[in-house]
Amino acid sequence: MTDRQPRVRAIEDDANDVRRISQRKRAIRAFFKNRLAVIGLLLLLGFVICAVFAEQIAPYDPLEMDFQSAYLKPGERGHVLGTDNFGRDILSRLIHGSRISLTVGLVVVTIAAALGSILGLLSGYYGGVVDTLVMRLVEVLASFPFLILAVAVMTVLGPSIYNVMLVLGIVNWPIYARLVRSQVLTLRETPFVEAARAIGGNNARIMFIHILPNCTSSLIVTAAMSMAGAILATAALGFLGLGVQPPTPEWGMMLNEGKDFLRRAPHMITIPGVAIMLVVLSLNFIGDGLRDALDPHMRV
Amino acid sequence: MLSYITRRLLISIPVLLGITFITFAVLSLTPGDPIRMMLATEKITPEVADTLTSYYGLDRPWYVQYGRYLGNLLRGDLGVSITSRTSIAESIAQRLPNTILLAMSSMLLALLIAVPVGIISATRRNSLVDYTALTAAMVGVSMPSYWLGLLLLLQFGLRWKLLPIWGIGHLSDGLWDFISHLILPSVTLGTGLAALLTRLTRASILEVLSQDFVRTARAKGLRERVVLYKHALRSALIPVITTAGLQLGYLLGGAVIVESIFSWPGLGRLTIQAIQKRDLPVIQTSTLIFAVAFVMVTLLVDVLYVFIDPRIRYD
Repeated sequence: MTDRQPRVRAIEDDANDVRRISQRKRAIRAFFKNRLAVIGLLLLLGFVICAVFAEQIAPYDPLEMDFQSAYLKPGERGHVLGTDNFGRDILSRLIHGSRISLTVGLVVVTIAAALGSILGLLSGYYGGVVDTLVMRLVEVLASFPFLILAVAVMTVLGPSIYNVMLVLGIVNWPIYARLVRSQVLTLRETPFVEAARAIGGNNARIMFIHILPNCTSSLIVTAAMSMAGAILATAALGFLGLGVQPPTPEWGMMLNEGKDFLRRAPHMITIPGVAIMLVVLSLNFIGDGLRDALDPHMRV
Repeated sequence: MLSYITRRLLISIPVLLGITFITFAVLSLTPGDPIRMMLATEKITPEVADTLTSYYGLDRPWYVQYGRYLGNLLRGDLGVSITSRTSIAESIAQRLPNTILLAMSSMLLALLIAVPVGIISATRRNSLVDYTALTAAMVGVSMPSYWLGLLLLLQFGLRWKLLPIWGIGHLSDGLWDFISHLILPSVTLGTGLAALLTRLTRASILEVLSQDFVRTARAKGLRERVVLYKHALRSALIPVITTAGLQLGYLLGGAVIVESIFSWPGLGRLTIQAIQKRDLPVIQTSTLIFAVAFVMVTLLVDVLYVFIDPRIRYD
């Protein structure tokens, strides 16, 4: 009897919570309850800090060569993660490299999401010829294994960081177009869209002010996941020598340089690989957490 | 059923046309016309260059060139490599089976890991085993495959000298020679897929276990093993098989990097070598082959789907 009172109060509190808390707050709370998502967020934050303050954090100049201290193992002569074949400090290169990976990832996702959302909106909203054209294009692009198409186009455009962003952005938009289109198809039949049209909203207004915001939660989830994919792809292009050019410290290219010294300096490949894995892992954790928090129906 | 297959085949025609157009565009948009480049590097006179230009139709408008390209493709003429001056069709015919072999063995490996681990993980939900499997799967999904490949190559090939790190084995040299060459590339290519499929198997089994027919099976007193393996597993594996099939196309793509690490004589390595030499006709054709293979595999999976899952009717 005695412990009944607090329990009743707790239930009442819960009920009040449900009423008081907005959907967004509930999603944020659910996200932070997810331990892996929080770990991912902290990891990513660490990389962002490295990227922003690279000059201040990095102990050495990432491009400075010193043949006297080449192939140093981690911990030797003050180089925490060792040096590479040119005697460049690997930790400093990693820190500066986080700038490239994160920037490319962000730009790629922005290009792909913007292009994909607009085409998806138009395709789902207008239907008909527009829809057929966009969806055929999506199918064609989706028929190429992602990396193959990127590799082929990079060969033509020539290796540079801007081309990497452009190519990966173009290769990635179909996911967003499909996603937005499928949501628009249901949303455009809803009463609130009808209401918007009844009070005289034009097509552009309905699409961008009324429909698009309702797609945000799934767009955010997809963005986190596809940023992970974009970072992996950037590194893969770098590894093939088609991405960012030397001596820029890009992680995939560091792996490419390290593969010739597998026996002599194995840390030249282990360390950049771990960095790539951690960034991708953090984004995947965040993506999973966001999906569970925002959109329980999207579970794979 | 037959009408569905016909319809799907018809739908894939515009997609295939689109693919040929993109691969054609890749070559045509390349700055620098190949004949002019020959003029600069090799000893050919401007007259010869003009003859060659008109012979290859490079002075015609792009739609004429595209039509010609399509015509050649339909006749099975895939062109000639610029660097080795050999028939591209021939070198692809030699290498494609090796890539398919690698993709198949990676797929088999991925399924052999993913399905049992996924089942254990789902049946012991929230246990230590489950958490370990899920974390491992997440790490597996996040790992660059070529990095894993380099680590495996270093450890098993260079340090322990257990497995060969170079090329393909032949059955004529014994079964072990054949299998041992396959192990490292297949593990490299299959790990990411194994991780993905483990997560999918787990999720799919959990979903099926909460359905009414499973409750009925349990209610009539069947043992848990029978419920799991005879009732639940069958429908739980349908999405797993579908995804595995669709991923086969991505395995072909992943082969590009893995093959070049292990010097596997497949289509991916051919592509990379062509990229290094800027042999555009070869890049163009191998891209085309990859895309066509991808479309075909997707079509096949969609059709097989009907046989696996009797609930699906396309008519």
